[in-house]
Amino acid sequence: MRALPALRFQLQLALALATAAFMIVPVVVSVLAGVTENYFVGWRSGLTLRWLSEVWAMYQSTVWLSLRIAMACVVVTALIGLPAAYVLCRHATRATRLLEELLVLPVAVPGLATALALILTYGRWQALRTSWLFILVGHVLFTLPFMTRACLAVLAAIDLDALEEAAATLGAGFGERFRTVVVPNAMPGIVAGALTVLTLSVGEFNLTWMLHTPLTQTLPVGLADSYASMRLEIASAYTLIFLLMLLPLLVGVQVVARRFVAGSR
Amino acid sequence: MRSSARSLLLTLPALAVFSAFWLLPMARLCAVGASGPQGIAAYWLVLVDPRYMRSLLATVALSVAVTLAALVVSGFTGFFLQRQRFPGRTLLVALLSFPLAFPGVVVGFLVILLAGRQGLLAAVTEWLTGDRLVFAYGMGGLFMGYLYFSIPRTILTVMANVEKLDPSLEEAARTLGASPLQVMTDVILPALMPALIAAGAICFATSMGAFGTAFTLATQIDVLPITIYNEFTNYANFSIAAVLSLILGLVTWLALALARQLTGTQAAAAA
Repeated sequence: MRALPALRFQLQLALALATAAFMIVPVVVSVLAGVTENYFVGWRSGLTLRWLSEVWAMYQSTVWLSLRIAMACVVVTALIGLPAAYVLCRHATRATRLLEELLVLPVAVPGLATALALILTYGRWQALRTSWLFILVGHVLFTLPFMTRACLAVLAAIDLDALEEAAATLGAGFGERFRTVVVPNAMPGIVAGALTVLTLSVGEFNLTWMLHTPLTQTLPVGLADSYASMRLEIASAYTLIFLLMLLPLLVGVQVVARRFVAGSR
Repeated sequence: MRSSARSLLLTLPALAVFSAFWLLPMARLCAVGASGPQGIAAYWLVLVDPRYMRSLLATVALSVAVTLAALVVSGFTGFFLQRQRFPGRTLLVALLSFPLAFPGVVVGFLVILLAGRQGLLAAVTEWLTGDRLVFAYGMGGLFMGYLYFSIPRTILTVMANVEKLDPSLEEAARTLGASPLQVMTDVILPALMPALIAAGAICFATSMGAFGTAFTLATQIDVLPITIYNEFTNYANFSIAAVLSLILGLVTWLALALARQLTGTQAAAAA
């Protein structure tokens, strides 16, 4: 009688381990390939940082452009997303629900469709088409719902009504209330939203591949280029640089999530 | 009145960005779809053209297969990881959720490392049987890539929802003589169903619309995003590309909207 549950536990553990192996083994292979002298010979050929420095020399600009777009994306989505989240929280009417639905559309519809629509509409404006701002537009559309949702979750969890009323009794006008009550209270949401927006923007490819030009190559665009035309070690080293960029963002998400959960208890 | 004027003012920036850069371009996309040699009939002709229909059906079939596989694997694994406590569990959860933020292009490259010409599977199978197993550059590779992409987010959704389940219900069913299989199908599955539907819709929508993985593996795979990309960039066939992307957008939006109708939860496609 005891043997059956134990067997079931072992089978499930085996499935979990196999799944984890499926997720992690290719990452390990990629990281190793990026620091191996010759992937086809294996690690007996020796470890090297040569590929990493070659990638850095070739593709450095894509890293900086991706960071610039991601930062700008956070600023824009916070500036337009927080006021929208505030309204969604304070006035839950049919109109605001419709607004919420609309803002999610660019996430529900594939980036390829949004990118084609943007190109067919604004592609003739050369100044915009060739600028990094064109990519930023796509990223803002795609990440805005995540910022709004993160802010909304935090605002909905506090008693905004009472706080604002207290501030109003003390003579604070709306502008002052928004600055001194809403923004500080929404800060955990803004931070959580910012981390999500950074992560999504740095990795965005579906829109970016269509929107980029040879002079506005982001990191994922460069990655696709290296996968298609570079030797495996270079492609792997480039992927390693990308993973190293993602790591602090992912750890940040974990830390913020934990602190937010702890704070709300 | 003052308050609703203020609401409008506060939502105006988001509304303006959305209208100028999404609503207006989408309307333009609809117009471009009808601007080809066939005019507005293009919308109908695309649907009866066997070439595009095959591409659409292949994409739907692939996405359904990925969704089912992801739900089965993540359902069991997520339930197990949330309920059992054993050494190394936290590490296992961390390993499974780390690839959450990988974009499609990177996933495509990882599939090549696993199942490509110089991949791990090719080396292992050559050593075992003498034949090299290579399937990265077609539907098999795409299936593997989308499964890779879907597993982390589905596992996290399942874990979050298993945490909310009340184990005493399963206990009660067992006391009443239910077999483990019956407990699963009659107690656990119904309780998890809304979460599974929502997560499944996201898997489906992402697999339908994802472009990066297919682009890395091969630009000749017959799935809708690649067809659209080729029509647009290689053949400059703007009206067909517009019609096809509108159909694609409609399918993914419908899948997500349907899931929300069924479950009342927010669902949105992942990157």
